[in-house]
Amino acid sequence: MARSKKNQPKTAKNVIEITALNKWFGNFHVLQDIDLTVSQGEKIIICGPSGSGKSTLIRCINRLEEHQEGSIIVNGTELSHDLKDIDAVRSEVGMVFQSFNLFPHLTALENCTLALIWVRKRPKAEAEAVAMEYLERVKIPEQAQKYPGQLSGGQQQRVAIARSLCMNPKIMLFDEPTSALDPEMIKEVLDTMIELAETGMTMLCVTHEMGFAKTVADRVIFMDEGQIVEENEPNKFFTKPKHERTKLFLSQILAH
Amino acid sequence: MNTTNLNYSGKSRPPPANTVGIVGWVRANLFSGPLNTFLTFFSCYLLWLIIPPLLDWTVFSADFTGNVGRDCTTEGACWAWLDQRIAQFLYGFYPAEAYWRVNLTILLLFPALAYVLFDNLPFSAYGRWFSVAYPFIAAFLLVGGFGLTGITTDKFGGFMLNLVAGLSGIILSLPIGILLALGRQSKLPAIRILSVTFIEFIRGVPLITLLFVAVIILQLFLPPDVSLDQLVRVMIMITLFASAYMAEVIRGGLQAIPNGQYEAGQAMGLSYWQSMRLIILPQALKISIPGIVNTFIGLFKDTTLVIIIGLFDILGQARVLQTNPDWMGKVDHETFLLAAIFFFIICFSISRYSINLEKRLDTNRE
Amino acid sequence: MARNGKQTQSKAFRLINLWTDERSRGLIFQFALVLGLFIFIAFIVSNTIQNLKTAGMASGYDFIFDTASFDINQRLIEYSSTSTYGRAIIVGGLNTIVVAIFGIFASTVIGFIAGILRLSSNFLISRLVSVYVEFIRNVPVLLQIIFWWVILLALPKVRQSLSIGDSIFLNNRGVRLPSPIFEDGSLLVLSAFIIGILLSLGIKIWSKRRQELTGETLPVGIISIILIVVLPVLIYKLSGQPIGLETPVRGKFNLRGGFNVTPEFVALWLALSTYTAAFISEIVRSGILSVSTGQKEAARALGLKQNITMKKIVLPQALRVIIPPLTSQYLNLTKNSSLAVAIGYQDIVSIGDTVLNQSGRVLEVISIFMVFYLTLSLITSAFMNWYNKKIKLVER
Repeated sequence: MARSKKNQPKTAKNVIEITALNKWFGNFHVLQDIDLTVSQGEKIIICGPSGSGKSTLIRCINRLEEHQEGSIIVNGTELSHDLKDIDAVRSEVGMVFQSFNLFPHLTALENCTLALIWVRKRPKAEAEAVAMEYLERVKIPEQAQKYPGQLSGGQQQRVAIARSLCMNPKIMLFDEPTSALDPEMIKEVLDTMIELAETGMTMLCVTHEMGFAKTVADRVIFMDEGQIVEENEPNKFFTKPKHERTKLFLSQILAH
Repeated sequence: MNTTNLNYSGKSRPPPANTVGIVGWVRANLFSGPLNTFLTFFSCYLLWLIIPPLLDWTVFSADFTGNVGRDCTTEGACWAWLDQRIAQFLYGFYPAEAYWRVNLTILLLFPALAYVLFDNLPFSAYGRWFSVAYPFIAAFLLVGGFGLTGITTDKFGGFMLNLVAGLSGIILSLPIGILLALGRQSKLPAIRILSVTFIEFIRGVPLITLLFVAVIILQLFLPPDVSLDQLVRVMIMITLFASAYMAEVIRGGLQAIPNGQYEAGQAMGLSYWQSMRLIILPQALKISIPGIVNTFIGLFKDTTLVIIIGLFDILGQARVLQTNPDWMGKVDHETFLLAAIFFFIICFSISRYSINLEKRLDTNRE
Repeated sequence: MARNGKQTQSKAFRLINLWTDERSRGLIFQFALVLGLFIFIAFIVSNTIQNLKTAGMASGYDFIFDTASFDINQRLIEYSSTSTYGRAIIVGGLNTIVVAIFGIFASTVIGFIAGILRLSSNFLISRLVSVYVEFIRNVPVLLQIIFWWVILLALPKVRQSLSIGDSIFLNNRGVRLPSPIFEDGSLLVLSAFIIGILLSLGIKIWSKRRQELTGETLPVGIISIILIVVLPVLIYKLSGQPIGLETPVRGKFNLRGGFNVTPEFVALWLALSTYTAAFISEIVRSGILSVSTGQKEAARALGLKQNITMKKIVLPQALRVIIPPLTSQYLNLTKNSSLAVAIGYQDIVSIGDTVLNQSGRVLEVISIFMVFYLTLSLITSAFMNWYNKKIKLVER
């Protein structure tokens, strides 16, 4: 399914610049000399075997993980120990987790309005209006007053997406968003993500859903053992992989 | 946008020196921020205030020889009473020549327990019978009769009294607790109401009131010419007390068994008691072991309450020595410390073992 | 062939069917059990009546109107040796409740601090607190009560009392604290305090509404402190310090002034507080750990600050897990206070013991304190059930 490239501006500016990034967990060198640049409106899919560091990489971008060497610059702000910089980055970057991480004691609506009220200091009515708008976008406005425990996995993940979107981020990070879902619910979440892609959002997505990658991605990145092994446009990536390791990985996951 | 990474050759480096190893650990755990640094210095200060004087008092400046309180002349602890009195702290008024009987009882406890807890030991058929017979063997050894000189229970004292009361309480409360737990789950209203009432009543009152009942009231309930030994009365109340708490622990274990287990038993045509005995209870008891151990630790600590009704367990022995004119005022802290250490060693090791057991049981079930 | 219209076959009625039929079997079982219980109770009652008669002991609850003829040294309400047994027992009950309330308060504060410190990433602090918790939890509470009591009794005699800041005196008769004296104008300060509390509550409600409308927040915490603490203190100073403290003063043989708290009370309170705090710290620690890290990560990813995350995400979920076992510990503390009888603090069990010995009404007295404790237990259980229902997470 060819995707129109009309939303990608000609003069793209770099929203994420990662240079010589190195990270260790104890003695384990989990990210090795990562260089990555992402332009505005780009959709990047990151794939690879487990333990390759792909989740760690995107978690470094919003400082859920700390890097020891190298630099990460998001929208012109470099990530450092300075809390002001971290806050600035986090207000531009939204994240969707594999285990949804919705707040179980709050309704879907309250999950979405919490940060608007307490971080952006919006009045309650305004926050709720914004939240309802995004809940409609992810197609579950009728669940607004339900608690996460009453929703299916697919619905919960869509609420999680709406919750991040309420903060008006410029970049959305997805950490294996469909891995914890039953098969019949994966489609509804992927459809939501495809619609989001068509609005021009910059997206970095760690996923195993290769069909989704072919539909949406501008670039597919393969990571293994902490390094970026191969990057390419989806067509070339899937049909003409260059490295042996990439070929092996693709043969394993595309087999069925 | 067409790059391939050049350095994919499995190269990895060790991390920057000041983030790992001793230096890294110290930085992360002790000095990772202003608050943390302050807390580290404050703890070091506290340790410096407490540990050297404590060690000095307990060991280095302490007095270990002497016969009466006046013989302890140093500033440190007075341990002169230890060699004379330790036997009393352990055995109470039990005759010295019969100590071997107490020691043997405790020694035999371990195989008796082992055959209950573990399945694949050698001679396990005989072992099981031994475990069942153990309470009777223990009673025989401790009290006498049939050839062994009889020793009245008012001679029981010291730490041995705590052990006897605690262990017998837990062991005897197990069957009663199982019955109560099953009763609480029963569909028959009379049984359920009676079980719940008993459990909530016992759990709602302090143990001391039940001990008062044992000492003062239980005698009234018996026919005029029947009298029960006081220790037996106390052990009855301790057992009833423990069985209410045991029932709650086992109830938790029963609730953790999936319904499918009950249904499978029914489908096979087993009677209620058969499925309980063969399928449900073995699983429920295994799950409940950590809770049972916790109940035991609590009960064991509670056995010190017998000093209020005039029995002299290890705490009672400590108080006796403290009020003895020969040692008055000199041995208060030392005797408390000894009693505390006994309890601490036993309770702490059992609770560590139980945590260990819990972890092993968990991984077995996964 | 005659077709039988009925669905079930008619069986010949046999007595044995009562046993095998699963419906009637249960009934028979219960009937037998209840009957057996009645016989057992009748047996006990008849023995008791006979034994009481032989011992010449009277029975009945009328003894509570008899004169007590003993003294109680630490009490909350008026009592003298000419008061009734009934009044003595009430004094005892109040003493139990007083030490329980002080104990609950202190153990909660210590327990929460200890629990949070144990979670600290600072290795030394968390290990130090662990040592305290493990030691206290594994030593019997009675030993700790008697230990503190012996320590307090070893304080110097009244004449050589230790003093803290010359206003609190410690000696072997207890702790002597300054007692407050209320002069004219103290009513003004007290009302300022109460009005301060009411105002700060009002401002909290108003500020929340304002935030809903405009999104702006007010520093409610600081405002509350000003209203509740600073303003009353100002008024206190301005109106000439109308609330004084009668500080105890060393006399020739004695201390004059102030009021005395017995060593028994202090020992019981200290032991119960530190003991229960050790258990509470474990409850708090596992409560906070029970909130999955994913929750905190989601909050951080949304940009929520640490204190808001604590207040709105972590604490609500942690408290759900903490409060039921916490109320159990409060009940345990109250039951443990009955150990007062070992050191002579006159709680309900202690006084009941004296009454029992003097009046001989053993059954009645023991039943009274069982009812007392059972009532407290039932109230606690009812509260726990209500709380659990109220905060239950809504699921499908």
